[in-house]
Amino acid sequence: MHISEGILSGPVMAAGAVVSLIGITAGLKKNNYDQMVHVAILASVFFVASLIHVNIGPVSVHLILNGLVGLLLGIAAFPAILTALVLQSLFFQYGGLTALGVNTVVMAVPAVLVHYFFLPLLGRTSRLTFVAGFLAGFVSIGLSSLLLGVALWLTNEDFFKISVAIILAHVPLMIIEGIITGFCVSFLLEVYPEIIPHKKK
Amino acid sequence: MLENVIIGGNSPIHSLNPKIRILFSFFLSIAATLCDNLIVALGYLLISLSLIGFTRLPIKVLLRRLKPLFWCLLTIWVFVPLTFKGNIIFQYGLFSASYQGILLSCKITFKSLALLLMFISLIATMPIASLGAGLHQLKVPDKLVFLLLMTYRYIAVIQGEYMRLLRAAKFRGFKPGTNLHSYKIYAFLSGMLFVRASFRAKRVYQAMCCRGFKQKFHTLDIYPPSKLNYVFSFLMILVILGLVIIEQIWI
Repeated sequence: MHISEGILSGPVMAAGAVVSLIGITAGLKKNNYDQMVHVAILASVFFVASLIHVNIGPVSVHLILNGLVGLLLGIAAFPAILTALVLQSLFFQYGGLTALGVNTVVMAVPAVLVHYFFLPLLGRTSRLTFVAGFLAGFVSIGLSSLLLGVALWLTNEDFFKISVAIILAHVPLMIIEGIITGFCVSFLLEVYPEIIPHKKK
Repeated sequence: MLENVIIGGNSPIHSLNPKIRILFSFFLSIAATLCDNLIVALGYLLISLSLIGFTRLPIKVLLRRLKPLFWCLLTIWVFVPLTFKGNIIFQYGLFSASYQGILLSCKITFKSLALLLMFISLIATMPIASLGAGLHQLKVPDKLVFLLLMTYRYIAVIQGEYMRLLRAAKFRGFKPGTNLHSYKIYAFLSGMLFVRASFRAKRVYQAMCCRGFKQKFHTLDIYPPSKLNYVFSFLMILVILGLVIIEQIWI
């Protein structure tokens, strides 16, 4: 779910750059160097997740897991996702320099929102944990594709149909990410609960 | 998968100072992105092609790197000419291609190719430690540079861990398919990845600290000051200003 360079208009890219700058500054401020190591681990898992291909019928899609990263990191998802995107563009030429701001916003804003909405639901009952995890994965991909569509639509109103097509094409991925994030969160809560940030009481 | 074959080169571009490469790829990208004229976009494409020429990268490697962009452009070419409103120049049944749509698709293709080639030639050809050093010199926050370099450091560890987990699953007869069981396995696999990665990465960090690591990566590549940096900067300023002025006069 990357926008290549050269498609978006100047104002859309500028807006993306400003929003991601704010998010990155906030994310960096909240973490010291030792916590940065944890952020780096999750950023690299986010990177490696894009190499995990899952089958849907005859085709395969790669995982994104921005919902999971958002759940675990909160606002620090901004610098983590930016870093992973920079490395992806370095190694695989996904996205690029000028589209970096928009791509970061597309991935990180849903991740941060998911953190605030669904983290408080984790760990109450096992069913609720799975549902919260499912919704985190489902909603984050849904919002990301929506933001991507909006970015295209704001660039040019004639991109409306392509935006709708992109959002519809992501529906299967939303379900798969939901299932995987749901199971993954339940698993993590049992095996390694320290990785889930503590809820403020 | 992550071995970067284009890093170790001996070309004029490879010997430029990282700071200058980052700075001009940034300015050149912004100028190219904001360009709204087909001919000027072609100009940017020619510049990026000449930059790529200077890096002396093998064509085969380059084409492989352009693959993701081709898929993206294919989507654009399928959708934009057919859905764009404007003068119809081609019609077949329900499908009609508009002149404006084809023009826009051409422009996007030129710009995307130009931007990607600039990025490959100037940024992707430098080792990650040099990129970190360049970003540091450009006053990018130290924490962000640290994050970038640490993430890079961990990716190989975590990818290795993933391959091992996948291999173990396959040895036990796991055949991925479109069913809940497969998705569950992938979920546990990525969960285990988080657990193992977290433990291993912590150990790596502790080992680095024991060896005197002070949150700063040093690059071993030395970029001595040379005239080439000045010549390159001068040419780039000339080209960017030239193309921007041409476009302004054109419109």
